[in-house]
This record gives sequence, C-alpha cells and structure tokens, in this order.
Amino acid sequence: MKRSKLGPWLAIAIGAIYFLVPLIGTFEFSLRMRRGEYSFDAYRIVLADPQFQATFTYSTCLALATIVVGVLLVVPTAYWIQLRLPRLRPVVEFITLLPLVIPAIVLVFGYLRIYNSSSPLPMTSSDRATDVLLTFGYVTLALPYMYRAVDNGLRAIDVRTLTEAAESLGASWPTILFRVIFPNVRTAVLSGAFLTFAIVIGEFTMASLLDRPAFGPYLQLIGANRAYEPSALAIIAFIVTWGCMGLIQVFGSGARLASDTR
Amino acid sequence: MAFLEISDLRKSFGPLNVVQNFDLAVERGEFVSFLGPSGCGKTTTLRMVAGFEQPSAGAIRINGLEVTGLRPNQRNVGMVFQSYALFPNMTVAENVGFGLKVAKRPAAEIRARVEEMLELIKLPTLAGRYPYQLSGGQQQRVALARAIAIKPQVLLLDEPLSALDAKIRVSLREEIKTVQRELGITTIYVTHDQEEALSMSDRIVVMNEGRVEQIGTPFEVYNYPRTRFVASFVGTLNILRARVIDAARGQITIDDQAIVARRGIADAKVDEIRLVALRPEAVSLADPGGERNRMRGTIEDVSFLGSVMRIRVRFSDNAISLDTFNNPGLAPPQRGQEVTVGFAHEDVLVLEGAEAS
Repeated sequence: MKRSKLGPWLAIAIGAIYFLVPLIGTFEFSLRMRRGEYSFDAYRIVLADPQFQATFTYSTCLALATIVVGVLLVVPTAYWIQLRLPRLRPVVEFITLLPLVIPAIVLVFGYLRIYNSSSPLPMTSSDRATDVLLTFGYVTLALPYMYRAVDNGLRAIDVRTLTEAAESLGASWPTILFRVIFPNVRTAVLSGAFLTFAIVIGEFTMASLLDRPAFGPYLQLIGANRAYEPSALAIIAFIVTWGCMGLIQVFGSGARLASDTR
Repeated sequence: MAFLEISDLRKSFGPLNVVQNFDLAVERGEFVSFLGPSGCGKTTTLRMVAGFEQPSAGAIRINGLEVTGLRPNQRNVGMVFQSYALFPNMTVAENVGFGLKVAKRPAAEIRARVEEMLELIKLPTLAGRYPYQLSGGQQQRVALARAIAIKPQVLLLDEPLSALDAKIRVSLREEIKTVQRELGITTIYVTHDQEEALSMSDRIVVMNEGRVEQIGTPFEVYNYPRTRFVASFVGTLNILRARVIDAARGQITIDDQAIVARRGIADAKVDEIRLVALRPEAVSLADPGGERNRMRGTIEDVSFLGSVMRIRVRFSDNAISLDTFNNPGLAPPQRGQEVTVGFAHEDVLVLEGAEAS
C-alpha cells in the first residue's frame, strides 16, 4: 500500500516545489522594500499609483466588452452547429483553434496593415476605434476557450428536445435562445468568461503594439524600471487570476445547489 | 369533415421510405394511438403532425386549416416527449406557464391557469420545485400540464411512459386518459406497448415498416386482426400451420388432428397449407365435449406470471400457448403431462397468405 502511494506523492511534491518556490521567492522579495524589515510598502505604492488604477480599469472594461461580444458570437454559433449543422462542427472547431496557432503579434501586424491611417478604413487613427479593434482581437484570442466551454455546456443538455419542446409551445428563435438555451449554459459561459478575463488582464502584445493603456504594458513598464514593485504586481496579478479560477469552481459546481435557494 | 385530417402522407429520407400512404381522419376529442415496433414510422408521422419534419408528400389539416407548411410554433399543438424535456432552469410553475408567457398573456391569467393545471395533475404543492428535484413520473405529469396549458388543438404524446417503471406507467396511463377525457382534447399517442394502446385508445393505428396495417377500435384490432402482422403484434397469438381439407365445411387439420374453422377459410383451396391464428385466452385446458375443437398434446412448458399461468402444449410440429388463472388451491400442471385442449370453431382464424414468410 505504502509503496504504491509513494510515487504519486513524490510527483506532487516535485511539481509543487517547482511552482511554489519561485512564487514564494517573488512574494518574499516583494516584502523587502523597506530596508531591514518585512513590509507591504511595495504593494501600497503600487495600489496607490494612478497609472495602476487607470490601466487595470481599462483592461477590466475591455475584458467585459470581450466577454459580451464573445458570448453573443459563440453561443448562437455553437447552438446552431449542434442543432442544424453537425457536419460543420470540425470546420468551426478548426477555426476556433487557429488563435492558438497564430501568434498574437501576427494578428496585430495584420491589423496594422488593414486598418492603418493610409487604408480605406483608418481605424487606428482614432482611440475609440482602436479600442474596438483591440476588443475584437481579444475575442479572437479567447475564442478557443470560450467555444470549448460553451460547446461542452451545450452537450450536457439535450439541445434538440428542449428546442422542440419550446417550439411546440409557441416560442420563436430569439425566445428559445434567451429563455431556454442561455440560462442552461450559464455555468459554461461563466467559466469561459473568467478564462477570458484572465487572458485579457495579462495580455501584452496586442495592447502594446496598438498603443493602448492596458494592464499588460503597464506591468512591463514597471518591470523594466523598478525593483520591488514588479514583484508586488506579479503577486497581485496571480491573486486576480486565482480569484477568477476560484470563481469558476464556485459557479461550476455550485450552480445546481445555488438554484435551490432562488 | 374530421378535426384532424392526414391525407396521403409520405416521408422518405433519400431512397428510404419511412412513411407511405398514411391516411387518417381523427374526430374532435378522439384518442388515437399509433402502435408498432421500433422503426415503423409512427414517431416520424407524429413529428410531421407537430411540424418537426416536413412531409415529402401529402397534407395535414387541423380544424379545416392546412398546416403542412406551418412551423411548429404556429400550429398550436402540444407535445409531450419521452425524455420529458422540462426546462432545467425554470421551476414547475414557470415550466407550465412557459407557453402562456410566450403568448404574452397577462400575469394573473398565467398564474390562474398554472394553478388549474397543477390541480389537474394533482401536484399543487410542487410549484416551486425544479425538474431535477422531481421523480420521473412527476416530471412527465408536469410535461403534460405544460403541453395542455396552452389549450392546444391537438395533443401529441411520443412514447411518454417508456422511460418509467411499470407501476408508475400503469397509474400515469389512467391519469393521462382521465385528463384527456375531461378536457376533450384530440390526442395522438405513439407507443410500442400494445397494452397501453389497447387500454387507452378510442382507435388504434397499427403500423409496420412505414405502412398502416389496420385502423380500428381496440376490440376490432385485437379480435379481428386483418393481417398476420397485426395478429401477431397485438396480443400474444398462437400461429399454427394447418392443411385445408374442405373449405366449404371449414375442415382443416393441424398436425393431423381434425379441426373446424369458421373464420377466414372461405377462399381457401383444398390441400393448401395456411397459417391459423388462435388466441391463448380462447383455449381451455380440458376436454370441451360436444361440438368444439379438441386436440391432444403434451405440456412442454409452464410459466408463472403472477395472476396468470401460461402453459405451452406441444403437438407434433405445432405448439399452443394458453393462459389459466392462478389458483393457489390447485397444483400447477407438470411438464410432460398428457392433456387435451379445447377451443370453439369461431376462435380459429385462418390468416390471409399461405406460406409463412
């Protein structure tokens, strides 16, 4: 008995050490700002920095926009594929996997070529329009995760019979989508949403090359010019990401029971 | 003109003819069952009436209006599915009221109607529950209430009881029939269980391989089956091979034992081999005496089915199954026992078609 458990525990221990040691090191370093004692000075400076607040807010807003656009794009598509066009499934899956293969920098270069100031659609000339471009870029980046999450969520419910039941009761397509389908893939959508949020918060390439005040470029700026603050920022970014993952767990498993108390 | 008219309905998927020449006129308030084995086209026909499949040819008229081209949400038909299909994100009350909410009825009306429906299915206390908190039988009753709440012109049920266990099936069967009779809704019920069809329907449509074999009341379909398929599918039936001796006098032999048949023999030819149908309940395990058929054979098998004992008696090539009521006071017959069985002349039905296919 003991023999067979040693191997797995050893593997876990090694993996944990591999991930935890740098994290602990970073955390410990971030506490060292005040000479001679441990303090949270680095965190205080970072959190009070107006740049931090501005870029974090900007990225959060963009993340929300990305989530909304992504959901409105992915859910009806996945639904239609499941219901009417199962033969197109491999094609759509291939498309959603493209962002994993094509680097973000290539995407941005393409953007700049098509939308630069000398093209018929000079979106990069205006700040708002560039924000829109960036949002759509993020939607593309998050597409694999959002599609996979929603597709799994749809597979868990009998889409066809639910649709037919709703139709026989007189519902039209929009009603079916918003009253029957969306509510039942809510957990899947939420986990996709949190993944998107985590991606957008940390994204650097696109925001930097499109010259927008996002959180990613801010992280890079601080990292290049300061010593203790970057470590504090790194820890904060980790906490935000872990918070998202935790919320995915809460909403993922708790949804069934949560509906009990509605 | 009938309330629901199905005229010359046809459906093919490519070269495969799934439904052929389906004609049916259903009166208002009538309960009609489509009965047949898996793959016979009964569910496809039901789905065409509902609007989920488009027929390759033919027409469907409800209350004089042609609905063949209409989408399901324009036909005002209620549908109950085998998998219940309750909306998991809504409570029982919200499920039942869904159709009315879609039709934008006022909230007070919806509330009243939902209450009425829940009373009808005898689940008034479960209004706030979610589907996953209900048993299968309760879910199906809610599904029924949901389908009826919108006051549909036609109620369609697609094997609604197949997923439930035997006891619930029987009680729910009675409930569905009671509700249907009370509300007088024209109903089509698809099933492969002949007991359900026989006990619930005003008329049964027996289907096989896309074709209608017979349409009639349960009494007609059971006692006067028109084809070999209907005879063997509806009720357990004994099929025996007989040789015709004298068609005019109805004389045949089964395993060289002389038998008189009255039904279906008129067009038989001498020395023809014909299949003969005999219901188990027509056979008794005793020498009948007098002007009745009798055959001598050996008991091959005895099955105890609870209230009924099913005994199989073998002759040389043929065997007959018969039922006797369970009598705890009598010792059950033993295998290998020599017995005489008796049945009336009228019980022997000579089937159309000579050789067994």
